[in-house]
Amino acid sequence: MSNLFDLLVAGLATGAIYALVAVGFTLLWQTSQTINFAQGEFVMLPAFLMLAAMHVGAPFWLAIILGILLSMILLGLAFKMLLVDPMMRHGVLPLAIATMALAIGIKEAVKQFFSAEASPFPSIVPTGDISILGYAVSLQSIGVLVVAILAVVGLTTLLSRTSLGHQMQAAAQNPTVARIIGVPVERMILLTFVINAFLVALASLLITPIYLAKFSSGEVLGQAAFIAAIVGGFNQVRGAIAGGLLIGVLDNLAAAYVSTQYRAAVPMIFLIVVILFRPQGLLGRAEERTV
Amino acid sequence: MKSTLLVGALLAVATTTSAFAQSIKLADVAELSGGGATVGTNWKNGIDLAIEEINAKGGVLGRKLEVTHADSQSNPGVARAQVQKALDAEPYVLLGPGYSGSVKVTAPLAAEAGIAQIMGGEAAELTQAGNKFLFRTSFGQQSSMPKVARYINGELKAKTVAVVWVNNDFGRGGRDVVSKELERLGSKVVADLSTEAGQADFAADVGKIKAANPDAVFIYLNEEESARILKELKRQGVTAPLMGETTLIGQKVIELAGDAANGARGHVGLTTDAPVDLIKAFREKFSKKYNYVPDHNGLKGYLAVYMVKATTEKMGKVDPKKFADTLHGLTIKASEEPGILMDVTVSDTGDLDRQSFLVEVVEGKQVVKQVLPKLN
Repeated sequence: MSNLFDLLVAGLATGAIYALVAVGFTLLWQTSQTINFAQGEFVMLPAFLMLAAMHVGAPFWLAIILGILLSMILLGLAFKMLLVDPMMRHGVLPLAIATMALAIGIKEAVKQFFSAEASPFPSIVPTGDISILGYAVSLQSIGVLVVAILAVVGLTTLLSRTSLGHQMQAAAQNPTVARIIGVPVERMILLTFVINAFLVALASLLITPIYLAKFSSGEVLGQAAFIAAIVGGFNQVRGAIAGGLLIGVLDNLAAAYVSTQYRAAVPMIFLIVVILFRPQGLLGRAEERTV
Repeated sequence: MKSTLLVGALLAVATTTSAFAQSIKLADVAELSGGGATVGTNWKNGIDLAIEEINAKGGVLGRKLEVTHADSQSNPGVARAQVQKALDAEPYVLLGPGYSGSVKVTAPLAAEAGIAQIMGGEAAELTQAGNKFLFRTSFGQQSSMPKVARYINGELKAKTVAVVWVNNDFGRGGRDVVSKELERLGSKVVADLSTEAGQADFAADVGKIKAANPDAVFIYLNEEESARILKELKRQGVTAPLMGETTLIGQKVIELAGDAANGARGHVGLTTDAPVDLIKAFREKFSKKYNYVPDHNGLKGYLAVYMVKATTEKMGKVDPKKFADTLHGLTIKASEEPGILMDVTVSDTGDLDRQSFLVEVVEGKQVVKQVLPKLN
């Protein structure tokens, strides 16, 4: 029982990080029909930006701030203006392929400028245990879970309770009408890219102490978050959150009770089942498009 | 005039060819990127350092050593292609790869070409296939694992053991030998956990270890995964003694795992913390040149080149065809060839006999607890 509890907490902590990354997938899809296949590498890169800042002498807290800010500029503004905007005119598929190329470019650049070897990364949460319901639970898992939940709650509050959030939703749901009623649609879309960059930087800060900073670490994360977004519902933020948590827990339970060798296959099988029986995702909204 | 020019040109070509033929060409194929980058980079740097030293002292039999490095990307398929390419250039000796899986698929190529291959792999089966051209730079698992099992059973007095291994040739080979030895000595394997190379999340595996509640945990993974599982073991509060091999307590693992590496123990064939003066001097030279402390793979690469030097000098000529025969059964004494660092005897199968160490990580440093003597 204690083992199951440990697995659930660890699974939820990993799942919360998947959720942060998966939310980014849905945000970009909703506002600009962008599927960002470099999302995993977007999670890998901020850790290296923070490490670079520390390398030149910045303390950890300052490195975090600089890393997040730089990520918002590079992975938010620059990504939108230099890659998405020019490619979007040619359709969704060329843009998706361009993001795949970007993923390879980021990985190789990190390998070239830093190293192919893994590097340690400090944790914002201290190691140690706390007792919950009589079970010893690692502080790191709780810390990751709390920070991720706070970020998601903050985002949903922004989207549903503020004027800015309403404008963003309007821009996502019907850009033509939104423009007519005076919503600065382009600015709102740009803002979602910046929010996505913030979320991936946060995910990077939380996951890298566990996975270590390595040029290839985005591959697993990107794939898991992509599955999570589809399972939950690609067009719903709450779907992505649920999908992330579900995939995190499922992955850990599969590793413990099915087989470590087949752990990667279990979320994939779950994905296939969801696509077959509920193509819009568990919490997604069915969409129809004219062709 | 024309004939003078022709003679001049021929002379120039002859001089260039002769200068070119002076050098002894070695080919290295190593894990310079991918999961084994730590292994391959250390190995490569060790090779470069040895070659630089040897050439500075006049080379081998008056000829300079030259090496070409190729990246296997930690992928056996790529390693095979790179080794074939390297063999096509007819090197004197092939160095590497470091991963057992890559050695396994490349060894037949080198044997077919009749070129000796000095490699870093530790899987037991590598030298059991009757390959007459394959040589180790460290202990094979058949030499090291019985020592590990004896330590777990005798010193740690563990009645139950969890064995965590990486699902590749290296991990499987170690797990097979250690499990057999543990059972023979009376320690029961209560959890047998296979993990994947490159695995990032060990929460479930550590959960299983906790559930099995063993007296000791034997961990046999590659360096990065070792660091990740050490962090997870600490995170989940596992207090059982952690025992492994070189890959559990290497410098890179200590750097990556931080505090979580403290208390981990391992049997080490080669360590830069060994209480041996020549190894201390090697560590200093390496650290000065590359700005980091090498792990055992740096030592392996360095020793591979000095094995080439000692064998060639023993033959008294550069003869790739006779190289393997000469190295079999050869004892190289550190008093005669300081670059070999410790006395070593190469068996007829290409395995090594050398002294080894039992090491514990104490406050982020490898501390040698016992020196285990050379067997013969």
